[in-house]
Amino acid sequence: MKQADLVIIGGGPAGLCAALSALKSGSNVLIIERNKDLGGQLRKQTHMFFGSEKQHASLRGIDIPEILLSQLKEYEDKVEILTDSTAVGLYEDGVITVLKKEEDYFKIKPKVTLVATGAFEKALAFPNNDLPGIYGAGAVQTLMNVHGVKPGNKVLMVGAGNIGLIVSYQLMQAGVEVKAILDAAPRIGGYLVHASKVRRMGVPILTSHTVKEAIGKNELEKAIVCQVDEKFMPIEGTEKEFDVDVMCISVGLTPLNELLAMRGCEMKYIPQLGGLVPLRDENYETTVENIFVAGDATGVEEASAAMVEGYLAGLCAAAKIGYKPENFEERRTDYMKQLKDLRSGPAGGHILSGIGQVLIGGKNV
Amino acid sequence: MFEKTGIPSKEMIMEKFPPIERINEGPVAVVECYQKIPCNPCQTACKFNAIIVGEDINNIPEFYPNKCTGCALCLSKCPGLSIIVVDGSKSKDRVEVRLPYEFLPLPEEGQIVKGLDREGEYITDVKVIKVLNPKSFDRTPIITIEVDRRFLYTIRNISVEA
Repeated sequence: MKQADLVIIGGGPAGLCAALSALKSGSNVLIIERNKDLGGQLRKQTHMFFGSEKQHASLRGIDIPEILLSQLKEYEDKVEILTDSTAVGLYEDGVITVLKKEEDYFKIKPKVTLVATGAFEKALAFPNNDLPGIYGAGAVQTLMNVHGVKPGNKVLMVGAGNIGLIVSYQLMQAGVEVKAILDAAPRIGGYLVHASKVRRMGVPILTSHTVKEAIGKNELEKAIVCQVDEKFMPIEGTEKEFDVDVMCISVGLTPLNELLAMRGCEMKYIPQLGGLVPLRDENYETTVENIFVAGDATGVEEASAAMVEGYLAGLCAAAKIGYKPENFEERRTDYMKQLKDLRSGPAGGHILSGIGQVLIGGKNV
Repeated sequence: MFEKTGIPSKEMIMEKFPPIERINEGPVAVVECYQKIPCNPCQTACKFNAIIVGEDINNIPEFYPNKCTGCALCLSKCPGLSIIVVDGSKSKDRVEVRLPYEFLPLPEEGQIVKGLDREGEYITDVKVIKVLNPKSFDRTPIITIEVDRRFLYTIRNISVEA
């Protein structure tokens, strides 16, 4: 069986930053990544990031993996990266089972494990929601921004959160027409600068609207939408029809953390964090000793916060197995302050109220 | 309404514009940031301390028009593309406006393109004066357009025919 100091499951923004942080402290690191490349969702984000300099604000997401990977290269002899590899099990004795390319199946026994598996997209129920042409926003981004393939020609975006707004903008940059953006909520959920950006391109944003049904024989041909009342119930007679060949569903994310549940970490359903999340302490250690968590797996947030959580959790996970640098407290305080800064505005209010419910010891980070 | 449509009201816009006297003196930024979000690259970009976000990065940036030189470096740094530069010093009837534009094709210098307002509605034809797209702008080109002065407060975007 393969042995390791720190195993990080997931090589997205949180996982990569956790690896860098732990390596900086002197630990060896093994990263398990399901995809062919490291970087996770960063690879699809062609827009500039918010935040401050420390979280690479103003840079485009697609350019951040390169920066992180070049830093990772400085520790070449201390880091092992398994791509095309899925962690499929996390067992009581600490063993992780890994499936590489669906042919090689093996076990790893780390001293400490950090789960940074991210999140997955929520679906929306409506008649014919399985017609070809109806995508999740992540799939549209993968097609368009990773593979350079247009998903279609006329799009109805469902969801006016940051992802819905950003992907609408990116679709227009790719020369795809966005007919409208809808959201069942009475207000735009994403940052209003993003909303203004698509609005001044002429795209209407219809709040208090939802999809009634999709129409099409072999593929999506039309979308019927309608208004909803304050209880989110459809209002009869408000139906509108859109001639579209793509519907892009962007109605939020749910933390992806079954491995933690499997391992026996205590989980709690927290709507503000997107669903079921692990209880964890200030250092991002779960209720199971030596199992840490970071990024969207611990609650859905922005990539900037995921990166800082990664740095913090990686620092603490390495310290747990003896790699505690002299400037440990200084680094820990800095990461915590960065997280506080990112969450202290009105947009971070619901995140903080969610975190308050999962934080062991109750102190807010 | 802004939170339902993404379109700021006239009052909100006017509050962000420097006084007309300042605009007539020469180029100056209009920092159209209306919402408290964790973000401060505008402050980092400004070498003249004309944009201050402060200790809490969620603050709405405070803008000091008299410190602003109209250099427009902040335009391509703002992740929200919320900053433009206006200049009323060039002519009595026209103003020059610099705005970020991340679409292809880019307009040509001298080309007449459609000027759009904050709802994406056509308001007037505008002449493209300059197209800047150096590496340091990181794929956010800055377009300078010449616009009839009547549209100073409404012009916000352009549409370029392919």
